[in-house]
Amino acid sequence: MSEGALLVLEDGLVLPGRSVGAPGTALGEMVFTTGMTGYQEAVTDPSYLGQILCFAAPMIGNYGTGPAHVESDRVWPEAVVMRVAGDRAGSAGPVGWRSWLAEQGVIAIADVDTRTLVRRLRDNGAMRGAVSTELGADELIEAARTHPPLDGRDITADAAGPPRTLGADGPRVVAFDCGMKRSIGERLAASGCRLEIVPPSTTADEVLARDPDGVFVSNGPGDPGAVDGVVTALRQLLGDVPVFGICMGHQLLGRALGLQTEKLPFGHRGANHPVQREEDGGVEITVQNHGYAVAAEQAPDGVVVTRRSLFDGSVEGLAAPELDAWSVQYHPEARPGPHDAGYLFSRFVSALG
Amino acid sequence: MPKRTDIETILVLGSGPIVIGQAGEFDYSGTQACKALREEGYRVVLVNSNPATIMTDPGTADRTYVEPLDVPSATAIIEMERPDALLPTLGGQTGLNLAMALSEAGVLDRFGVELIGADADAIRRAEDRQVFRDCMTEAGIPVPESETVESVAAGVAAAERIGLPVILRPAFTLGGEGGGVARDRAELEERVAAALDASPISQVLIERSVIGWGEFELEVMRDANDNAVVVCSIENIDPMGVHTGDSVTVAPAMTLTDDELQRMRDGALAVIRTVGVSTGGANVQFALERGSGDMVVIEMNPRVSRSSALASKATGFPIAKIAARLAVGYTLDELPNDITQVTPASFEPTLDYVAIKAPRFAFEKVPGASTELTTHMKSVGEVLALGRTFREAFGKAMSARELDGRPATPQTKADALALLRVPSWDRYDVMLRAIELGARPGELAAASGVDPWFCAEIAAWAQAIRELPPALADLDGDGLRQARRDGMTDRDIAAATGASEAEVGAHRRGEGVEPTFHAVDTCAAEFEARTPYFYAAFDTAGEVTTDDREAIVVLGSGPNRIGQGIEFDYCCVHAVEAARDLGYAAIMVNCNPETVSTDHGVSDRLYMEPVTLDTVLDVCAQERPLGVVTQLGGQTPLRLANQLEAAGVRVLGTPAESIDVAEDRGRFGALLDELGLSAPPWAVAESPDDTLAAAGEVGYPVLVRPSYVLGGRAMQICDDEQQLRAYLETENPAGTLLVDRFLEGALEVDVDALSDGTDTWIAATMEHVEAAGVHSGDSACVLPPQGAGPGLIDELERQSREIASALEAVGLLNVQFAVRDGHVYVIEANPRASRTVPFVAKATGVPLVRHALRLMLGAQIPDLALPAERRLGHVAVKEAVLPFARFPGADPVLGPEMKATGEVMGIAGSFAEAFAKAQRGAGQGLPREGAVFISARDADKPEMVAVAARLAASGLSLVATDGTARAIGAAGLEVTSVRKISEGSPHVGELIGRGEIQLVLNTPRGRGTQTDGAAIRAAAVRAGIPCITTLEAAVAAADAIRADARPPAPPIALQDIAARADLAVSAAPAHR
Repeated sequence: MSEGALLVLEDGLVLPGRSVGAPGTALGEMVFTTGMTGYQEAVTDPSYLGQILCFAAPMIGNYGTGPAHVESDRVWPEAVVMRVAGDRAGSAGPVGWRSWLAEQGVIAIADVDTRTLVRRLRDNGAMRGAVSTELGADELIEAARTHPPLDGRDITADAAGPPRTLGADGPRVVAFDCGMKRSIGERLAASGCRLEIVPPSTTADEVLARDPDGVFVSNGPGDPGAVDGVVTALRQLLGDVPVFGICMGHQLLGRALGLQTEKLPFGHRGANHPVQREEDGGVEITVQNHGYAVAAEQAPDGVVVTRRSLFDGSVEGLAAPELDAWSVQYHPEARPGPHDAGYLFSRFVSALG
Repeated sequence: MPKRTDIETILVLGSGPIVIGQAGEFDYSGTQACKALREEGYRVVLVNSNPATIMTDPGTADRTYVEPLDVPSATAIIEMERPDALLPTLGGQTGLNLAMALSEAGVLDRFGVELIGADADAIRRAEDRQVFRDCMTEAGIPVPESETVESVAAGVAAAERIGLPVILRPAFTLGGEGGGVARDRAELEERVAAALDASPISQVLIERSVIGWGEFELEVMRDANDNAVVVCSIENIDPMGVHTGDSVTVAPAMTLTDDELQRMRDGALAVIRTVGVSTGGANVQFALERGSGDMVVIEMNPRVSRSSALASKATGFPIAKIAARLAVGYTLDELPNDITQVTPASFEPTLDYVAIKAPRFAFEKVPGASTELTTHMKSVGEVLALGRTFREAFGKAMSARELDGRPATPQTKADALALLRVPSWDRYDVMLRAIELGARPGELAAASGVDPWFCAEIAAWAQAIRELPPALADLDGDGLRQARRDGMTDRDIAAATGASEAEVGAHRRGEGVEPTFHAVDTCAAEFEARTPYFYAAFDTAGEVTTDDREAIVVLGSGPNRIGQGIEFDYCCVHAVEAARDLGYAAIMVNCNPETVSTDHGVSDRLYMEPVTLDTVLDVCAQERPLGVVTQLGGQTPLRLANQLEAAGVRVLGTPAESIDVAEDRGRFGALLDELGLSAPPWAVAESPDDTLAAAGEVGYPVLVRPSYVLGGRAMQICDDEQQLRAYLETENPAGTLLVDRFLEGALEVDVDALSDGTDTWIAATMEHVEAAGVHSGDSACVLPPQGAGPGLIDELERQSREIASALEAVGLLNVQFAVRDGHVYVIEANPRASRTVPFVAKATGVPLVRHALRLMLGAQIPDLALPAERRLGHVAVKEAVLPFARFPGADPVLGPEMKATGEVMGIAGSFAEAFAKAQRGAGQGLPREGAVFISARDADKPEMVAVAARLAASGLSLVATDGTARAIGAAGLEVTSVRKISEGSPHVGELIGRGEIQLVLNTPRGRGTQTDGAAIRAAAVRAGIPCITTLEAAVAAADAIRADARPPAPPIALQDIAARADLAVSAAPAHR
């Protein structure tokens, strides 16, 4: 039904598969998600730019695809890797998953021993990989090794959408779009604010010129350590305007507050991550998609770690109460995943008065 | 929060005997919970009437009472043991109902016992359907429109308001017992009446039908800090209308979008919070209409359940163990994930494989019962199959069922599709047949109502089998690998290519195609798994790590079925524990999720795989074990012994050759001749004509059965040639038939023994209460024997020893005898663990299987610490529990084919007291007042009159049919005569229906279908009153009723029995 394909990692792992999408060769950081549903939401998440996404769950594409299930208007990963890729209509819509991937021109391979791939990434850490329907293993490994790593690259501008507004009434929130998922905007607007979405290159003055009641910083791809523009803007805005950040927005807020970011061994990507609130010890099951985290061994005065991952203790939430700024590393908008943290949007918006 | 220190002793209630709807899953959950509570330092007191379980092993709790699960016995135990708390959520509906009854009777208040896990209000909110519905409506969670009724008239009116069809759900029953669907007015009246009868509070919910909607379940856990997680989503492949216990189910849900799943998750969390399960697990069921996306909550169970056990096995997240710890105050984040050890339990497992549960039915055991699947559960067991893909798991699940019944084989596509319209036990087999006949997936979906995605997957699986080359030799390594990756088992490939399973396996391994074993790790490989729990797939790299210990593989018994239940799982678990204690790595292979043996914490490595030749050999190739134990898991592993040996695997214990001698009637007969022992006259027949001739030679009545059976499958007594012809026609048995003279009225005795091949130690000699002719699994039995004198017992033990050494049996051995007119006949010898092993171990306090394993590993009888003195200070009675209430239409009469699903034990100072307890435990409590109906066949009348006299002396009034009444009256007893059912109204059936009879004693005349007797027995089953069908049991019942009237002696804890046995060992080192 389709041609052979190969997946390699820079450490030399070679796994066979078969092509179920567009032909070609893709290079990028190899990452895996453990989420079991929401494949279409996942691949339309701009945070996957520059990465090859492997689904750890084996049965992908069971319920079809449809326009209600996208988080942006294109597919972002350089390639998609699966054990089984279905192509039937289902409750998401009449277009099969493989057909939709092909339509989108995405390089996608299936029949891959994804568990072996996940174990390798878990044991050896994040690394570059390649997927190809045309090249041999040696060539591919070489290509992976010479591909520029994500670290040190600011690719938020590539992932951001056009400036736009959402919601009509309520407090005015300016949102830095570093590659914002559609649901984040929808949830903020639904919580009762007027959202003005601006590119990551927007300066603090440009933000202030809009007379915002609050500032939001979105998720996005690449290395937060390299996204200096937003950090600079945030430093100027902190204290003047309440700030809320999600995922990369959280990391950028952390940097603006004087913290550093660091690369996690193989990232957090999935819909089952337990996060503990420092305030009451409660645990939220959260959706995560990040390869870097805020390092907070010593938080500066005025900055508190509000949440931590129960998987590895990494920082999942920050707050600078006096500056009225706070953030979470995870995705309260879910899509795909559990809704435990959905309350955070209204907490932000209602505090803006 | 840390654990509570204000409680010391916790009372745990088990679920009682295995019945349909409440089976081994509660042994798994209960055992886990008891262990967890003891690890936390609590003293655990357990009440459970079921001796076949690991839960009632003396090592599982601190104080174990195998006593009836009723208010009087629980009260006595509470008074003795003074628990601080009662954990009611582990014993299924039985445990929950008893906890509620104790609460309502004021017992818990009187003794200051706190309910932990779920309080009485929460239980009521979940269990009372109207309260549940009100609660959901208030929380804004949609439920199907419904009304609660307490009479037939109100039910009819409600159904007319809601609109037919409607679902009937009786309150406080398990497994949907008494429930069903009513499509029209006639069905409605009949079924509302039946449902009202089934509900202990005569209350039924009439509910809008959502038949045909998708059915889903979420397993939820919540802690005292209000943290809640969904452990697993389960999708029923069979849509609404088939009880979830009878559905093929899959985890995780396959066809839900993220939006749909999250909507369900939100709903499930709201339900557990609204109902107010403070800590622990709950199961929430949803129906989802495809297309519209409408979703409703069907029900929630505020306790561990069959589904929670399944979810635990499917994910590696041990719900019961965590629930027990939450109940004593911990929160989820304080408890480690069992598998990773480094991450906490407050997370949601994620799966990188597919888990499919398939039910195992036993309709072949209950002729006359309707095989249609409804909301009323009918399956007796289940299998769990794990694969990397849906098809891999599906293929395994189908093969793991080990079918005895024969699926329908429609000849045309139209016939096949017509069959699919009515859910039946073989619907997936029929689906495969339909595909062979050219049906397309869409047609399967339209006919069956099964979601098109599943139909397409099943069709693709079946199609791949059809596309195999016709000869095995044409399949090369790549072809074989692809076939296995497409979900075929070696057996499927064998069937398609005309080869044997062994040939396929040999060819496959020769081509280098071996499975990779993958860990079930709760986290899709994100973290390293510390607890090795594996399944096979055909991917690139396996994950099993071994240590330098030698491995011993123990083969489990596969799905529970009538004749092969959790008693064998008990044996396997003991063997695993013994092997670990002896320093071996214990490897378990089994596919039954309702067991302790498939708890990943029990063995060193667990392989959740079908117990079939191909998987066992694959596991052996991986493990390179010292040997394989085949004698503890019933017939399933025993059947593999020969082929395993042929493949070069060492079978531990009794050699395969001896198993063959014992199973082969000819060879066994010759052995008995050699030993000078008698058997009833017998013959072997290869054809129907042969059988008739053989029966003529042997002499009627004959007992006829196929060779190599367990649980008396297709075993029947025929009084004459006409009956034998009828048997041959209905059963149409294939292969060799055994024909034995049936010894009418003989005393049956079972001997369980340990042997090292030369030396034999008799563990127990058990006397059956019923005379020969009732399958030993259905017969009550008593230890020590009550009728057989010491001389006879010595002779039976001598013969058992002779047989054991002649068979060179190593390990466990069971010999069955019939004794008539002082003459001993050997009925059969089984060189394997028998069904009675756990009963004997508990009644005597001797851990038989541990000793047996040592024997299999080369120890000699004198090496073992066996008690020399086997005199018991008590009497133990085992009683069978029968499933007839589940199968209206089947005649509830006992015969040589086993029908019991479970068993209970009664322990007391005398036989009568122990028998009375066993009857209570079996839910057939004997009356202390009221009326007894007696109808005896002529041969039984003299003794039945004596029984009647004793019952009258105990204060019961006597009712009898004409002939029996005359006989009773002639003895000077007061008796009311009543008409037979066939004589027309007013008749005894009506009396029973009105609740005017409390006990039925009915001994059938002959063994043909006796319309009248059958109708009386069926009426008794419907009325839920004890119905005794043998004279011997009637005699025992009369004694028991008299004994029951006296004040009860205090219950005996199993730990005291075990301690006495240990004392006997240390007092006199073993010598047989």
